[in-house]
Amino acid sequence: MTATSAVSTLDQVMQRWEPVIGLEVHGQLLTQSKMFCGCSADYIGSPPNSNTCPVCLGLPGMLPVMNRVAIEYTVRSALALNCEIPEHSKFDRKNYFYPDLPKGYQISQWDMPLSLNGHLTFTVDGEEVRCGITRVHLEEDTGTLQHAGDILQQARSSVVDLNRAGVPLMEIVGEPDLRTPAQAREYLVRLRQILVYIGVNDGNLEQGSFRCDANISLRKYGDTGLGVKVEVKNMNSFRAVQRALEFEIVRQGRLLDQGQTIAQETRGWVEAKGATISQRSKEYAHDYRYFPEPDLPPLHLSAEFVDRVRAALPELPQQLAERLQREHGLSAYDAANLTAEREDARAFEALVAAGVPAKVAANWLMGEVARLARETRIPLQGSGLGLEGLASLIKLVEAGTINGSTAKELLEELYLAGGDPAAAVRERGLGQVSDQAELERLVDAVIAENPAAVADFQGGKEQALQRLVGGVMKATRGRADAKVVTGLLRERLAS
Amino acid sequence: MSRETVAELGARLRRGNATPTELAAQARTALESIADLHPVLRYTDALTERQAGRAARILAESPEEAGPLCGIPFAYKDVLCVEGVETSAGSKILEGFIPPYTGTALQRLLDAGAVPVAVTNCDEFAMGSSNENSAFGPVGNPWDPNRVPGGSSGGSAAVVSAGAVPFSLGTDTGGSIRQPASFCGVAGFKPTYGRISRYGLIAFASSLDQIGPFTRSVEDAAHVFTAMAGHDPRDSTSSPAPVEPVAEQLARGVQGMRLGIPREYMAEGLEPGVRSAVEAALAQLEKLGATLVEVSLPSTEAALSTYYIIAPAECSANLARMDGVRFGLHVDRKSLTDTYLETRGQGFGPEVKRRIMLGTYALSSGYYDAYYRQAQKVRTLIAEEFDRAFESVDALVSPTSPIVAFPKGDKSDPLSMYLCDILTLPVNLAGLPGISIPCGLSEGLPVGLQVIGPRLQDARVLRVAHAYEQSTPWHTQMPPPAPAVTGTPS
Repeated sequence: MTATSAVSTLDQVMQRWEPVIGLEVHGQLLTQSKMFCGCSADYIGSPPNSNTCPVCLGLPGMLPVMNRVAIEYTVRSALALNCEIPEHSKFDRKNYFYPDLPKGYQISQWDMPLSLNGHLTFTVDGEEVRCGITRVHLEEDTGTLQHAGDILQQARSSVVDLNRAGVPLMEIVGEPDLRTPAQAREYLVRLRQILVYIGVNDGNLEQGSFRCDANISLRKYGDTGLGVKVEVKNMNSFRAVQRALEFEIVRQGRLLDQGQTIAQETRGWVEAKGATISQRSKEYAHDYRYFPEPDLPPLHLSAEFVDRVRAALPELPQQLAERLQREHGLSAYDAANLTAEREDARAFEALVAAGVPAKVAANWLMGEVARLARETRIPLQGSGLGLEGLASLIKLVEAGTINGSTAKELLEELYLAGGDPAAAVRERGLGQVSDQAELERLVDAVIAENPAAVADFQGGKEQALQRLVGGVMKATRGRADAKVVTGLLRERLAS
Repeated sequence: MSRETVAELGARLRRGNATPTELAAQARTALESIADLHPVLRYTDALTERQAGRAARILAESPEEAGPLCGIPFAYKDVLCVEGVETSAGSKILEGFIPPYTGTALQRLLDAGAVPVAVTNCDEFAMGSSNENSAFGPVGNPWDPNRVPGGSSGGSAAVVSAGAVPFSLGTDTGGSIRQPASFCGVAGFKPTYGRISRYGLIAFASSLDQIGPFTRSVEDAAHVFTAMAGHDPRDSTSSPAPVEPVAEQLARGVQGMRLGIPREYMAEGLEPGVRSAVEAALAQLEKLGATLVEVSLPSTEAALSTYYIIAPAECSANLARMDGVRFGLHVDRKSLTDTYLETRGQGFGPEVKRRIMLGTYALSSGYYDAYYRQAQKVRTLIAEEFDRAFESVDALVSPTSPIVAFPKGDKSDPLSMYLCDILTLPVNLAGLPGISIPCGLSEGLPVGLQVIGPRLQDARVLRVAHAYEQSTPWHTQMPPPAPAVTGTPS
């Protein structure tokens, strides 16, 4: 096109080209055992190849036995994503050679997956986005490899760890309905939130229990066909997904502007370079030779089973946010904030149930508690103080026993250490000075010691009163109720 | 050489006329005396001793708990895993592989007090009909050492035929128990698919493989079957249906039974001696009170090509784990691809490679619909034709093999070898129980009669076979005294 197109920015490219993005998400299921054997599905931290057995090592003569819980979790996820659950489905073998795949095939699902035709709806910049879900199916995870060198082909040596091999892995294939990197990011955030809410996945992108691959192509606005698609892998955070897609849009846009064609290939995101690099071109694409797994009978999921899973489905984040707004009068912002993590919403509801006013509970959780949880990396429920401690702390404030700043100091102190806030207040005399005679004596003393401030106030300078309030607070070491003190001062100075 | 059956040896043990250790030692001596035939790959020494001791204790301390197999020596095919005993599936690629587990069928025999003595030779990964595909050399037929014993369970058939052990285990994917039983003049029973757990069986074709016994009598086959049969939670394809008691049904005879003769199984291609032996057997069954009915299984002709798509397709995946990474042969090369290629290139024999290639091709993108999917449809059709036949007959009777044991090296082109199984592999495709029992000789070599029953009607198959066997002398025939092996096949 033009000479300047080679340096087009993301915005410029997106004015000319419409990105078409579809995401494939793999989520490990939080089952006790692996997909087809009795080994633990919790493999992180085990010494290499210790969390294995003859079945997941793929030794000759070994046979897979289905993990029923993994099937239930997948159906639960599919239902949360509005999918249909066909009565009949089956497992297939996906054949390829790689040292992290012990049997030389992965047990997966090909043409009859556990679920089909779902969707996920969310809002980005005030605009509602509906992304179709092609299918949610179940398979087994592979082992992991470590190379002495960058990649296997160039490595001097490589070692295999099969602790992860056979962990139940759910694949969620999204339709190419996303149009911006921001939409892609929000889709992932929402999807992760749902999976964590319904207890099937821990949503850990860094450790790879929640992983995402993206397919992206560009086309002219108004076109309905699809451009040549590039698959992007190795994105280990939401931010990486967004950045990798932005990089790809610019890369592909510039090539198209120069009249070049896009190579159909797999590219890897390299965080350090902030770029994607070519990994494998389509010419080397695998022919996976799928065929039905003869070691497992076809699955038949009865309507009763599906109904039972549906009935047991917990409240999803969106439903919960709406309910919190409806029942507790929270703003949409507060409701979204408090439902981002299921545990926060639980804490909120528990505080309200314990008698804390909704807005007060929301402010504490979103403010001081959130800050401490972030700083200490320990959630409230796991902290020394715990939910009950927080409730009693807030109630001390509400009852006027302590003031806000004392409460914040106590929270800071007790969050990790734990302890009963009421006892701490009693033992250390942190309670507000509520003895009327004592307060009046202190107020009189401060008035006597600050004639200049008194004169200013009486001369009409309203701010001067704050200096006098501050004097009383100092004298009580912050334990007085500032409102009561202000009232007393006005009373005295007016007379 | 001994003609004693499991039942007879069991009686001796209970009378105190023999000990399990003595029987195992006798079996060992007998097996060593036929070493020229090469039916044994290795002896199970330590396990034999341990298990014989265990059986002796049961017989001495709680004889009422001793079942019919307690203290009885046996041999098993080199595809069945036993903890601590090398299992190589007749292949270089698994040479030295010692599984850390015991398969369910073997474990149930051990639990019943049976005493393993030897691991028998077989075609590599159970692929073959002559036992000439073993990486460790061919097996001779006790009836004529220059002829093949059949395959793939040739070693297991030979050791029972030669009278060295009263029973052995084989596996049958397309006829690999019944055809060698026919060639060697013994009983060979392939139960219903899923009746005996495949856990611990090194897979050839998972949807077709089934473990079963070689014995000298149908009654013995019933004993061994009963000890191994039944659901196993470790094999999801094993049938949850309860195992019906076989022994009571065995002696009920065939009076009033309707037996179907598949027209297509008696068509051209049968050797004249096989035809006349089988026709005589049919007349005998009629004499015993059965009604013979001709039936038609029109898709029989398609069974061979169907089988040679499905079985290789499954084996191409089943054998992918033999990659030199975790166990077995490892040929170290600079790159991963070369390591794969060299390990598998050196480790697998030509027939195994041929089937992996066939299966890989049939599953390839663009060919799947034309081959694999079509084969699955025909497979369903074949099963439905059997179902329809069983609406009007109680069981089917036919020759086991169109031919008798052929000379080693005689069938060098794969297709003529594949044709040996034409009468047995439809039974695997339909998952039915089938047995081969001796029904005469053709030019001095055994002929086998096949009885096929509906799914899970294993007892009925054994009942028909038992009735025939007990009314004829064929099962008591022994191979002639061993002549020297002449020449070696090219």
